[in-house]
Amino acid sequence: MGAVDKKSVLVVVRRSPYGSSLARASLDVALAAAAFEQPLRLLFMGDGVLQLLAKQESEAIGVKNIGRLLTSLPLYDIERVYVDAAAATRYGIDLSNAPVTTQALDGPGIHQLMTDCDHVLGF
Amino acid sequence: MLCTNAFDQEGFLRKLSDWEPQVAEQIARAEGLELTCAHWEILHLLRDYYREYDASPAMRPLVKYCALQLGADKGRSIYLMSLFPGSPAKLGSKIAGLPKPDNCL
Repeated sequence: MGAVDKKSVLVVVRRSPYGSSLARASLDVALAAAAFEQPLRLLFMGDGVLQLLAKQESEAIGVKNIGRLLTSLPLYDIERVYVDAAAATRYGIDLSNAPVTTQALDGPGIHQLMTDCDHVLGF
Repeated sequence: MLCTNAFDQEGFLRKLSDWEPQVAEQIARAEGLELTCAHWEILHLLRDYYREYDASPAMRPLVKYCALQLGADKGRSIYLMSLFPGSPAKLGSKIAGLPKPDNCL
């Protein structure tokens, strides 16, 4: 963990981008925490990896584009973004074309990440 | 001039497509602001931000975006505060015809 005195927060995103409002809500929590300079990490797991699809055309269903929102994460200084490698493979997500740069983790890596963070918020 | 129905209770435009420069002048007047070139530079930048990310920025990303697009001189909260007093991200978004930023107090 290093010498960070603030509590570290991990937001776990497990919802597909447009199936419910929870996908968007989880990102809003992450952005709000980051706006208040809380050290924050983001993990896309399970169905949540679908948020990392390139070229989401959500305009067709009249909702905000989550892919484009994700490209703004660096402006919020959210640089530590992780993805469940197995889920990404299962869904055939091309991580090199994802809206945000991620670090892929295997099962033990995910376990370690959750252990390392003071708070884990799951959606 | 747009009628008051075009705005929500906080003065944000209900329909983004209603926005045009004259509308910005109208909103700014209601907020007691006279728009200068410096204001317009930020308003255009806010609209670019919205087009790119499909969201209105909170203060922190707005400052960073200004620094990236306009240089370090303008990418400072004090500069933005001098143009849009109080809450620059919120007031700027309002005048630029964008929705209220989600993560703004």
